[in-house]
Amino acid sequence: MAWLLLEDGTKYPGELFGAEREALGEVVFNTSMVGYQELLTDPSYCGQMVVMTYPLIGNYGANSADMESGAIQPKALIVHETCEEPCNWMSEMTLGEYLKRNNVAALTGVDTRAITRKIREEGVVRGMIVCGEPTQADLEKIRGFKLQRPVDQVTCKERYELPGDGLHIAAMDYGAKRSMLGYLNRKGCRVTVFPAGTPAEEVLSTNPDGIFLSNGPGDPKDNPEIIENVKKLIGTKPIFGICLGFQLMALASGAQTQKMKYGHRGANHPVKSLRENRCYITAQNHGYAVMAEGMPENVEITHVNWNDQTVEGIRIKGAQAFGVQYHPEANPGPEESSPLFDEFLNMVQKAKEE
Amino acid sequence: MPKRKDIRKVMVIGSGPIVIGQAAEFDYAGTQACRVLKEEGIEVVLVNSNPATIMTDTEIADKVYLEPLNAETITEILKKERPDSLLPTLGGQTGLNLAVELYESGVLRELGVELLGTRVDSIRKSEDREAFKETMDAIGEPVIRSVIATDVATAVKFGREEGYPLIIRPAYTLGGTGGGIVNNEDELYSVAQDGIRASRVGQILVEKSVAGWKEIEFEVMRDGAGNCITVCSMENFDPVGVHTGDSIVVAPTQTLRDAEYQMLRSASLNIINALQIEGGCNCQFALDPNSMDYYVIEVNPRVSRSSSLASKATGYPIAKVATRIAIGYHLDEILNGVTGKTYACFEPTIDYIVVKIPRWPFDKFTQADKHIGTRMKATGEVMAIGDNFEQAMNKAIRSLELGCFSLQKDYTGQDDEELVLKLKEPNSDRLFAIAEAIRRGMSQKQVCEITKIDPWFISKIAGMVRMETEISKMSFEDWTLEKMRQVKYRGVSDKAIAQLQGVSEDKVREKRRGYGIRPAYRMVDTCAGEFDAVSPYYYSCYGGTTEVGEAGKKTVVVLGSGPIRIGQGVEFDFCSVHCAWALKKAGYETVIINNNPETVSTDFDTSDRLYFEPLTPEDVLEVLDVEKPVGVVCQFGGQTAIKLAHAVETAGYKILGTELKDIDAAEDRELFDELLESLHIARPRGTTVFTADEAVEAANTLGYPVLVRPSYVLGGQGMEIAHDDASIREYMGIINQSTQEHPILVDKYLMGAELEVDAICDGEDVLIPGIMEHVERAGVHSGDSISVYPPQRLDKKLHGRIIELTKMLATGLHVKGLVNIQFICHEGEVFIIEVNPRSSRTIPYISKVTGLPVVELGVRASLGEKLRDMGYGTGLYPQPDIVAVKVPVFSFEKLPGVEVSLGPEMKSTGEVLGIGHTANEALIKGFAAAGFRVSPGGVLFSVTKEDRKETLPIAQAFHDMGYQLYATPGTAKFLAIHGLVTTAVPKLSQAKDILTNLIKDGTLRLIVVTATHGREPERDGYKIRRAAVECGVNCLTSLDTANALVSSMTVKGNVPPIDLNEINFGHQN
Repeated sequence: MAWLLLEDGTKYPGELFGAEREALGEVVFNTSMVGYQELLTDPSYCGQMVVMTYPLIGNYGANSADMESGAIQPKALIVHETCEEPCNWMSEMTLGEYLKRNNVAALTGVDTRAITRKIREEGVVRGMIVCGEPTQADLEKIRGFKLQRPVDQVTCKERYELPGDGLHIAAMDYGAKRSMLGYLNRKGCRVTVFPAGTPAEEVLSTNPDGIFLSNGPGDPKDNPEIIENVKKLIGTKPIFGICLGFQLMALASGAQTQKMKYGHRGANHPVKSLRENRCYITAQNHGYAVMAEGMPENVEITHVNWNDQTVEGIRIKGAQAFGVQYHPEANPGPEESSPLFDEFLNMVQKAKEE
Repeated sequence: MPKRKDIRKVMVIGSGPIVIGQAAEFDYAGTQACRVLKEEGIEVVLVNSNPATIMTDTEIADKVYLEPLNAETITEILKKERPDSLLPTLGGQTGLNLAVELYESGVLRELGVELLGTRVDSIRKSEDREAFKETMDAIGEPVIRSVIATDVATAVKFGREEGYPLIIRPAYTLGGTGGGIVNNEDELYSVAQDGIRASRVGQILVEKSVAGWKEIEFEVMRDGAGNCITVCSMENFDPVGVHTGDSIVVAPTQTLRDAEYQMLRSASLNIINALQIEGGCNCQFALDPNSMDYYVIEVNPRVSRSSSLASKATGYPIAKVATRIAIGYHLDEILNGVTGKTYACFEPTIDYIVVKIPRWPFDKFTQADKHIGTRMKATGEVMAIGDNFEQAMNKAIRSLELGCFSLQKDYTGQDDEELVLKLKEPNSDRLFAIAEAIRRGMSQKQVCEITKIDPWFISKIAGMVRMETEISKMSFEDWTLEKMRQVKYRGVSDKAIAQLQGVSEDKVREKRRGYGIRPAYRMVDTCAGEFDAVSPYYYSCYGGTTEVGEAGKKTVVVLGSGPIRIGQGVEFDFCSVHCAWALKKAGYETVIINNNPETVSTDFDTSDRLYFEPLTPEDVLEVLDVEKPVGVVCQFGGQTAIKLAHAVETAGYKILGTELKDIDAAEDRELFDELLESLHIARPRGTTVFTADEAVEAANTLGYPVLVRPSYVLGGQGMEIAHDDASIREYMGIINQSTQEHPILVDKYLMGAELEVDAICDGEDVLIPGIMEHVERAGVHSGDSISVYPPQRLDKKLHGRIIELTKMLATGLHVKGLVNIQFICHEGEVFIIEVNPRSSRTIPYISKVTGLPVVELGVRASLGEKLRDMGYGTGLYPQPDIVAVKVPVFSFEKLPGVEVSLGPEMKSTGEVLGIGHTANEALIKGFAAAGFRVSPGGVLFSVTKEDRKETLPIAQAFHDMGYQLYATPGTAKFLAIHGLVTTAVPKLSQAKDILTNLIKDGTLRLIVVTATHGREPERDGYKIRRAAVECGVNCLTSLDTANALVSSMTVKGNVPPIDLNEINFGHQN
């Protein structure tokens, strides 16, 4: 028997089904009913342990296609029940096997609803997967855990390019999901992907038509150098930011961010586009939010979360820069917000023509 | 946009009687709709012919018309009421079709009535096959290659071009009536012909079959601003080829990756946008299990069976939201009642799995064809919630009340070949046949290949079989805490363990509880625990944490009635709901336990807390231990609830109302006889038996004919009239197919007029809302009889005697609550047939036609209140100045192989009401509402020797009204002797085509064909009756019914519609 131990000493029993190892991280829950493999490979989960609220995880196995990056990103996966005999035409192995091969810990047979309710009431907590009976030393370990600059862990080490004949987009990789870059590339864009810390001058020297700020993990405020670079980029070229990229854009424009109690992680969040006066169901994965209070004059709030009214999108007036907190690239999640990419590309095209 | 200010008065059309393909789900949807409209201050005019519904209560709508659902009647009501709008999307296909008809005929425009919600061109785009295909082509959604045919030749041509198998779907029908898969040209001929006939527009779709693909459904909502959400995804256990109403369905989808899920979700949004639907919509897809290929199979632009399942599966109230959308609200303006904080514009996410299993009527119709396909055959369904598939499946299986508590079913005597056939051809037993095949060693792979069911499901079933086998091999001493935990986690019931190990259920329960293993109750909250929810809606699981708060101080638990089946329909849900409301009014906290997703009782708004659980002793007792109620109500949930009374009382809980010993006194033959004797009341002589030999002996002592039936049943299950020893032996064989815990009753059969009384008793006084008189003489089950209130033929003396007997019996049985008594008047004397100390099928009917809140009074009496303090008096309640008739409705055309002829075993699926100022006015409305359309033409008589004399005046009446008379040779000869000339038609056995063609080509508009007594296979009459129902020709099998019909036809001119509120009821006088 293994345990999920939380920093307050609460523990939940379960069985290991991935790699037989301990793991340490921030415990978050995700309410998506499908798409576990995309979630597992999303770099925004770096340093976290993901609890799936849907109880049967692994039904359709794992494959080599549904991946958002080259590796499994969270420290651990915690589920109620995994599946030993998955079935899907794409399935290559069981989820357990997939986790094992990637050396990632996973716990099954856990009362995931109880954990979810606890996090809902008390906020995100740090925790640890402990093989065998948890000890005081384990608690100490948890309490000492801090996620150190996770963006550095997930950004690409070197600049690379996705070839294309169309517009040239500079994509800042703070932990980008493949489907974001893939979307731009499929639209014909030549996408130059830069490591997170690349200075603005270097990015601009490649003469991009537009700049894309990707998603990524952690507290946006942990990245002061990046924020400085984004400041320099705003106003130069059309910019589109998603998730962490959006938060960095907000911070660079003088807005503030705050840690949320337990974040938004799921595929069912309503977001209202204030410009269109319409709601969209969106995929979300964030633990920090841009604050509406203290929003600078020149920043317009364009989207809000219709459940809790948090800021979901902004536009910087006079700068051709906008961003959203949610995930228009889906994977996993609803696909209906993908026109945002087209909106960005239109903006880029127009700027180029002017 | 907020609510539209210009909508002030709305007509809502209900779905009419319960038939196969259209059941209680529309009472749930319609009730929700009416309540929303009233909450919004809008006046509601309701039209529905079905009295057994909550939606036709005068509290639910402002004007209630229990009138036939046809264009003429509705037009009249529209003219009288002048509503500004009509809401057509909540009354099933019936409501939708009527709205379209009224729109197309210009009535709505003429009267300035606006159609709310989805527009007619959208309805047409989704319902008319050609328009649907064009729309789908335009938005790039793939549809299966097909052709629209209005004649058989077109279908045949397509078949020659495209090859087989093909699937036939008629346009505008319920439950896929008249459709089917065909494998060759011969089959195509017959199915295509049926389909064209079944369709309202004479149109069928012939398409390439994708049988074997995954069938996936999405429930989608859209508002006027274009906001769209999907409420729920569902995956059918049975692949494409089985009607979704006849499929086992799970929610959410289990075997789809995100890419597949989102592809179909996006397609659903694409479709609902293209159709510009404002409200709810159901999209069905076929998904290739081996690629990303898919097809759109069907779109329903209205709330449906699936939407009520989706509502109950997620907690998201689709009908309520759809109604708000129809009156102008947008999704982002409608509050989510479950969280109380967020809005309806989100997608529910669930953290459990839901399994739905259809409830087929084959336990009653043992002769019916049990195969399932594109024509729906189920009368109802059960739903179960669990945190793993096996648990939900096990719960659903025992919720069916078919005597199965696990996947074990007896297949002895059936060889492997027969079993393979059972896997190959979808049928009602397939789930159990799969389990048996696995038990016999068939590989999972092989099962998948034969059934085409997704391997994920088969692997789960195999796991369940393994667990059952393991339990059966274990000794009772081998249980460990860990083992018991594992088994209970998978939802295996104490009873199943007991059966598998050959020990008593009590022993298993003791052992389990000894380990401290008890279920936890979790909330259904639409959000997987992400937000704090206020929905008082729970399900059990093992190994979780209970989320039910502290038990209330004054809680009463109401046991529901489970799935809709023949003999136990929506009437009992009506009673359960009213019971909960009455208890609430009396200051109690109410809890409902039920497992039927189609009903009002399982709306979490109905009671203070809802437990969606099987209705078995184990599941109920566990809830009681959490709720610690001051009382449990067993008298409103039909036989399902009454059967639980013993377990409830043994566990130490108080049963409200009539005490268990008195219930037993009514059900137990010997005790009942003692009571009758002490009261000096006559009843047909009879006795109890267990074996066929005893039955034969008893019958010969009593003298034939005799009535044979099991005790403790509802709807006359297994009841037959026997005329000789051979029949007795045959029935006893059928009855004893399932083990009988209670003896079988053999009674002398008396032929006479049957009467029925519902009464409220407080232990001392009795209030009789009304006496109902059956049109058909004794021998036809009361549920299948036309029932007239108040009685028209009863003389004063017998009338008084019935009231007297009712008082004697009700007080003699110490009834506290409701009691239903059935009488026979035979040769000037009143005999008792049976007494049921509980709520009956006729309660909604009698409540509506007397204006008495019968259930509420019954509940108050159960709680100890005295009738004399309630203000409605005692004795027979004053009769209003109307006559009402209840006419049964059958679904024979949906059930090939079922004998149409009526008898002591109930066969109807639903009922309608006709209300008029005279009996004939009421009858003509009742017949019209039940679908009788006897337009001038031919009437065929084919009656038995004994019936000929009585037939004469009926035939004469039809002749006088200008109908052409046809008769089979014997009948024709008799009629000719008595001066009536008929066209003699050879019997089917003599010349098959002549009679069949007369039926098919529409020459015959009505067929009166009576069955020979006894059960010898009387193939000719049977075939005529089947041919008639399958061609939609009205068929009467009792001369009493025919007489009533003739007499109703003497009414000239239109009978004006009556609003229930206009009737002068007794207490208003």
